[in-house]
Amino acid sequence: MRIQLLRTFAALTLLFVTSISSASSANTASPKTFVFSAIPDQDEANLQERFDKVAVYLQEQLGIKVRYIPVKSYSAAVTAFRNNQVQLAWFGGLSGVQARRLVPGSQAIAQGTEDPFFTSYIIAHSSTGLEASDSLPTAITGKTFTFGSKGSTSGRLMPEHFIRENLGDTPNNLFSKVGYSGDHSRTIALVQSGAYEVGAVNYKVWDKQLAAGKIDSDKVKVIWRTPSYPDYQWTVRGDVNNSWGPDFQARLTEALLAMDDPDLLASFPRSGFIAADNNLYQPILDTAISVGIIDAGK
Amino acid sequence: MALSSPTPKSANSSAASSNNSSASALRNISFWFAVSALICLLLVDIDISTADPWAELSLMTAGALSPSVWSWPTLLSSLANTFAFALQGVTLAAIAGFTLALGYRFTLVRAFCAFIRSIHELFWALLFMQVAGLSSLTGLLAIAIPYAGTLAKIYGELFEEVDSAPANNLPPSNRRPLSHFFYSVLPLAWRSMATYTSYRFECAIRSSAILGFVGLPTLGFHLETALSDGHYSEAAAFFYALLLLIGTLRLWLHKRLLPIYLVAVFYYLPPQATISWQLLVRFVTEDIVPGPLRGQVLLSSETFNNLSQWFNALWQQQIWPGLVNTVLLGQISLVFTGLLALALLPLNSPLFMGHGRFMDHGRFISHSWKRGIGDSILVLLRTLPEYLLAFIGLLILGPSMLPAILALGIHNGAIIGHLLGRYTEEFNLRADASRGITLYFYEVLPRIYRQFLAFLFYRWEVILRETAILGILGIATLGFYIDSAFETFRFDVALLLILVSAALNISVDQFARYLRQRLQLKTVPESL
Repeated sequence: MRIQLLRTFAALTLLFVTSISSASSANTASPKTFVFSAIPDQDEANLQERFDKVAVYLQEQLGIKVRYIPVKSYSAAVTAFRNNQVQLAWFGGLSGVQARRLVPGSQAIAQGTEDPFFTSYIIAHSSTGLEASDSLPTAITGKTFTFGSKGSTSGRLMPEHFIRENLGDTPNNLFSKVGYSGDHSRTIALVQSGAYEVGAVNYKVWDKQLAAGKIDSDKVKVIWRTPSYPDYQWTVRGDVNNSWGPDFQARLTEALLAMDDPDLLASFPRSGFIAADNNLYQPILDTAISVGIIDAGK
Repeated sequence: MALSSPTPKSANSSAASSNNSSASALRNISFWFAVSALICLLLVDIDISTADPWAELSLMTAGALSPSVWSWPTLLSSLANTFAFALQGVTLAAIAGFTLALGYRFTLVRAFCAFIRSIHELFWALLFMQVAGLSSLTGLLAIAIPYAGTLAKIYGELFEEVDSAPANNLPPSNRRPLSHFFYSVLPLAWRSMATYTSYRFECAIRSSAILGFVGLPTLGFHLETALSDGHYSEAAAFFYALLLLIGTLRLWLHKRLLPIYLVAVFYYLPPQATISWQLLVRFVTEDIVPGPLRGQVLLSSETFNNLSQWFNALWQQQIWPGLVNTVLLGQISLVFTGLLALALLPLNSPLFMGHGRFMDHGRFISHSWKRGIGDSILVLLRTLPEYLLAFIGLLILGPSMLPAILALGIHNGAIIGHLLGRYTEEFNLRADASRGITLYFYEVLPRIYRQFLAFLFYRWEVILRETAILGILGIATLGFYIDSAFETFRFDVALLLILVSAALNISVDQFARYLRQRLQLKTVPESL
């Protein structure tokens, strides 16, 4: 029995080695399928369903195989982009800036019509007694507070920036507890349940969930709207033309900008797409450096 | 491969044989552990901050009672992936662990094994993901590496502990080391090795499921998604699938079928990854090099100043607070685990669950249904990964250390309770032995106490390692800062913090080993 097991072990080691070597040889050729991803910012269970439709659309428009792969976190989306596991991604402002710094030559090519003037809501549980106001209420000091993902623009970076600007201190000093819910839907759920008293959330996600009747207005409400800033965008790797033809990036941009099926656009959710470039996101980079999420000059 | 749960070896050192001075040492050590946990409890935040915890709890209960599968192909493929990663990982770990165990008498090998097992599989996964992406190779290595360290330790200790009589009987001349090993050591250790490896396989399935939380396509992927979106019926379906997988292993994973399963999983999920060598080189030579050292002249005073500033800032903002929280949480959880284990052990003990108490026409019923149910509860509790328990606790109780303490205590308490219960099987009670509470406190507790402490000290390092990973849920342990470093692509910081947490785990492991030796506690590897 022992000899038999040892033999199995040997056979497996061989199998393992061959499978690895065959894998690496298969991967030296350029990937045939064009793969994209998106940051998991809300309603994660339906990401696959939402973005598979976009994959089908791009496949028809570009005449190549297109596939969507789901990821678990904002940083995983950036890592996949960096590793060339995905060539295109629907990033937030901050994750896009991070991705383009890690992959020289990559380009922001399109953004949602709403993205040049994006904003965040500060929301509060009814037990706090906080009411909607034109300026950030100082009464939120001392409350428990949750951001969204650590790498989120509308759920972390910009709210943190405006909180620092308006209240003159860091969230860790201002609030009795600071959490990171992971995504916007979860932020709403946590504040609605009272697990956290105050939170910061992407306005698009809030509006969408409010319209869908998923928010109990007696328990949670918007108390402040931040000034606007640029957010989400499509970013593509700079080397895609080598694999899919000299005008590929231009055709891809065109296909994204031409997307007008309301059903597809609801996946994002955006009313349409407009052209974008890397420079539009300079303010996000500057803010990320000042808040300490990105190191200057790296 | 016999997939029965591990049975503790027969008790050589029962408390009855120990003298008074060692009994007082046991009392002392228990006292100081309890006091330290109480002090720690004063220092941490254990508020329940949810305004309405019952609302979430009732939704969860409703979900648990009405599991629904939204996509069978997704469920089945993630189930297959979970099994495949676990089986591949343990197989590779067994081969590597066996090889390492051959050199276990060398300090360097032991240190290497201690190092690789002190890093949690989630952190290995996050590291490999940077160079190998979200690939099957990442999943395989994330399980195989830490498990190889653990298996090497167990195999190595088993080789050392085998009866030396057969070896001594060999003629002293021409003792060839290899033949010597294969004929006089391996056969004696083989059974224990197989039992322990099959136990680790069950752990590997849990680990494999948990890897889904960082993006690998296992059960945890969808489980986490469903939980965080509040889709509890769907979460329940994935969770029950995990329970079913672990619960039915012994029915279909037979030793003789193992080669077939192995070939099948390597065929189904060949370990592969698209590795860009350029990225790999950049990762090793740049990303993980501390920021101030990149592209600088080493040994210049300016570089040194920058480096010390970098380190000081990290120490004050992340390393020190992370260490403190990790140790506090670990200490409280350890003592809570102990209390819970003592409270739960009757559930799996024939002395309390009917064995020999119910007479059926003058015969003892050897398999009591009460104990069956009791032990199922313990097995269920230990099957719940602590990460998952903490996640659920966080939703119900709000953000504080409380959910983490409960999660670690329940998971580990159930494991130790299960083992202690089995341990009482070997007790021969007098015909007029007392029953119930009196039996528990005056007979059982004193007799199991040494074994209990041995299990608990063995589990200490494991609890501490799990503490760090609960940080990913937002509890500010070292794991929280490690996760933040990965989220902001500061791999130098991430690696430094991982090394700090590894050093902490190794120190605690050494300290626990010292305590076990001082108190002369018999250790059994199964509790690891």
